[in-house]
Amino acid sequence: MLSSYPILSTLIWLPIIGGLLVLFAGRNNDTVAKWLSLIVAFATFVLSLPLWTGFDTTTAAMQFEEKISWIPAFNIYYHLGVDGLSMPLVLLTTFTQVLVIASAWDVIKERVEQYMGAFLIMGGMMTGVFVALDSILFYVFWEALLIPMFIVIGKWGGPRRVYATLKFFLYTFFGSVFMLVSFLYMYYQSGSFSILDMHTMQLGMTAQTLIFLAFLLAFAVKIPMFPVHTWLPDAHVEAPTAGSVVLAAIMLKMGGYGFVRFSLPITPDASMQLDWLVILLSLIAIVYIGIVALVQSDMKKLVAYSSISHMGFVTLGMFVLYDILESTGSLQGAQLGMEGAMVQMISHGFISGAMFLAIGVLYDRMHTREISAYSGVVNKMPWFVMFAVLFAMANVGLPGTSGFVGEFMVILSSFKANIWFGTIAALTLIIGAAYTLWMVKRVFFGPVTNENVEQLQDLNKREFAIMATLAVAVVALGVFPAPLMEVMHTSVGHLLVQATTSKL
Amino acid sequence: MNFVIPAFAPAIPEMVLLALTSFILVADTFWSKRYQFATYYATQATLIVVAYLIMSSFATAQVITFDGSFVRDSFADILKLFIVLVSLGIFLFSKEYLLQQKFFSGEYFVLGLFGVLGMFVMVSAHNFITLYLGLEIMSLAMYAMIALRRDASDAIESAMKYFVLGALATGILLYGFSMLYGATGSITFPEIAKIIEAGKADAVVLSFGVVFIVIGLAFKLGAVPFHMWAPDVYHGSPTAVTLYLGTAPKIAAFAIIYRLLAEGMPGLVADWQTLIIILSVLSMVVGAIVAIVQENLKRMLAYSGIGHAGFLLLGVLAANPDGYAGAMFYIIVYAITAVAGFGMIIALSRTGNEFDKISDFKGLNARNSWLAFMMLIVMFSMAGIPPFIGFFAKVIVIEEVVKAGFIWIAVVAVITAVISAFYYLRVVKAMYFDKPEETGPIAPVSGQLNWAVSFVSIALLVLGLMPSSLIELCYQSIGLK
Repeated sequence: MLSSYPILSTLIWLPIIGGLLVLFAGRNNDTVAKWLSLIVAFATFVLSLPLWTGFDTTTAAMQFEEKISWIPAFNIYYHLGVDGLSMPLVLLTTFTQVLVIASAWDVIKERVEQYMGAFLIMGGMMTGVFVALDSILFYVFWEALLIPMFIVIGKWGGPRRVYATLKFFLYTFFGSVFMLVSFLYMYYQSGSFSILDMHTMQLGMTAQTLIFLAFLLAFAVKIPMFPVHTWLPDAHVEAPTAGSVVLAAIMLKMGGYGFVRFSLPITPDASMQLDWLVILLSLIAIVYIGIVALVQSDMKKLVAYSSISHMGFVTLGMFVLYDILESTGSLQGAQLGMEGAMVQMISHGFISGAMFLAIGVLYDRMHTREISAYSGVVNKMPWFVMFAVLFAMANVGLPGTSGFVGEFMVILSSFKANIWFGTIAALTLIIGAAYTLWMVKRVFFGPVTNENVEQLQDLNKREFAIMATLAVAVVALGVFPAPLMEVMHTSVGHLLVQATTSKL
Repeated sequence: MNFVIPAFAPAIPEMVLLALTSFILVADTFWSKRYQFATYYATQATLIVVAYLIMSSFATAQVITFDGSFVRDSFADILKLFIVLVSLGIFLFSKEYLLQQKFFSGEYFVLGLFGVLGMFVMVSAHNFITLYLGLEIMSLAMYAMIALRRDASDAIESAMKYFVLGALATGILLYGFSMLYGATGSITFPEIAKIIEAGKADAVVLSFGVVFIVIGLAFKLGAVPFHMWAPDVYHGSPTAVTLYLGTAPKIAAFAIIYRLLAEGMPGLVADWQTLIIILSVLSMVVGAIVAIVQENLKRMLAYSGIGHAGFLLLGVLAANPDGYAGAMFYIIVYAITAVAGFGMIIALSRTGNEFDKISDFKGLNARNSWLAFMMLIVMFSMAGIPPFIGFFAKVIVIEEVVKAGFIWIAVVAVITAVISAFYYLRVVKAMYFDKPEETGPIAPVSGQLNWAVSFVSIALLVLGLMPSSLIELCYQSIGLK
């Protein structure tokens, strides 16, 4: 191991402490608040890079581990570690963090220090969710995250922000409390809150089924899956740009991460039994929510629904493994689906973040997100439209962008499982193209019919830098996904073994 | 039979407390004319002396004295220390409140001290008589405290309600005592337990006795369906008294529940466990749902207190030492959190404005962002959201219920936790998202209040990050781990 200092703790606590510092130091001085936040976010990102360079891709074991006793009376540890499943998500978090801070630079005028502080604290907690190896620690981060997000949406959001933020908070809280009861039950059975111990403990079928359903509720709300997705469009539409970015790019991934860290390894038999449920809901999300996206008149809502549809691919790729195993008899194809799901999570993190930032750029200028208010933006903002169209194409899944890789892998593997799964999933290539490109046509192209559009200014340097960074990420991951896949390959293989080993 | 002089040593804290309180009671009549705050400082000094006495003779083993009527063990000592700690906070907040609302008087503090004495006696009760004595000392002091503000009809109404219902509850409790005494022929808890264990007592009489005792306890704790008095009394009393009512006595109430049910009637678990389950589930549900529609923060906190009583009973219904320890941890955490909550109302109240409506908190973030943040901590801690200590309190009692095999109760508990999160969020919403009705900054009238309320709130966060020592304290005092 390269690092001798506790790198994961640094990644959690540096932004949290930095965020608190911003709250105090930036009280009456917005400039200090902004620069301090940017420095903290950037330092966190730089410090997270050793996770990539020092990562050992040959093992599925936890790396960069830290373990300190926290509450000995209940055997609760402050236990951190990453493997190939969580490491890319940690990097995604620290990367997004920098962009989020930068995106709010000139936009937020009211209580800048609270806004920036909230996002930094959130960043630390999100990293905590991905690296926690003790279920109580995981739950603490998972729940605590709701507090800053609640404030961000409710304070800086749109007109219906209070309704949206209460819905967001209560929905997610409701989903996760059953997960907590499951943790407590497993602790009572095994005497340990360690996630790794839960991976190996034996569980009866009834217990597994109930725990699986509890987990499903928690993660399905977070991802979100049909039919518990209704909080997301509200939250996205009302949240400020940065809030939408964090929600779409990272928080949704926590649900997907939950499936691979908890559901599949802890309740393999129940997962096998109930995989049809997840697959069914995923396919509904892919097709039905895609169609819903088609008719949206609000750009943010459209992207929000497209997020739900894309996350359907993630859950589909994760749960087709049992059908592939049944139809082909080997885990080869399942590996493809699972890796596709993981790549899709990272790629969607970039793309959805970029889409929301692009909408934010327009919103900052026009203060409306209605598609009908725009037309012919390309005439006034050529640079902006260049990036926006690239991200839209990535959202559609154009080869050469990151959106293609994940979707292609998942579709390919679902064909192996069942020809119908593959066919239905592949419909998204049409639906996704329809809703995205139709929006592109209406907003960016056509004649300028509106005098507000007439006065639009193209990207400034800050916005250009943000867009360019994301564009590089989207294209790089699209043409050269191998390094990412290499990182997760061993861990995914290990996960598949866990998910197919009976615990009865 | 020879008269044996009992060992006084274990009861020295109580005796010193009684002596000093009586002294202050007399001295107050002289002091109050010349030095306004003399009684207040003497009160705080008394509490500190008592705390020192407890700590310097901290019980490592159980000592029973006064012919089996008084017990001193580490359970009692820890609860007493927390009662003292909470009372120190109560008196500090109260002093400022009484000054602002212009009815500062020494009686409040003297009565408060008598109440503390009553709680001490309850915590150390080892037979029915001592327990009853402690309960009455505490209750009488509280009746008088509520009525302190003679010119406020709300307060007098509250005092009447509390008095009538409190007397009724005590009567029911006594009736239960008499049945148990009749069936077992003893008033001392371990002896009763032994006789019941041996099966020598009439089961029907015992069952009736248990029912009456549990009802009496439920009244005192404010558990549904015996909670009717709580919202009115909390609402009608001056905030300083509500602060007192809603915090320290809850600790004492838990202590007598433990003494009676766990020490006195472990053999009757089958009888009282079902009752406690009903009380617990009803309290959690009613507390969560009815609080949603409250517009007055004190009233809302009263219902939230009812819900918390339900959670506390989760630990009790597990009916094992782990469960009691979990409940003990819960009640201590609740008392501290409630001090912070009511303390915040006091810190912001003004002469003529009690600041006890949720609408008063609108836009607090714009007017004083520090206090808004502190209140946010208190609300989220009460809601049981990590990383605040209220989360661990809930997790531990729910864990004990799961361990005892009642998973459905755990599920009910977490659902009510989600429902109750809604009304705590309403307060946060008012503070952060709503426009203030009055603009202009607002600050506590004195720096002391600012410090005190910040200290308690930050303690909720720090304890939440490092809950281990408090948890261990509770488990060790019940004789575990």
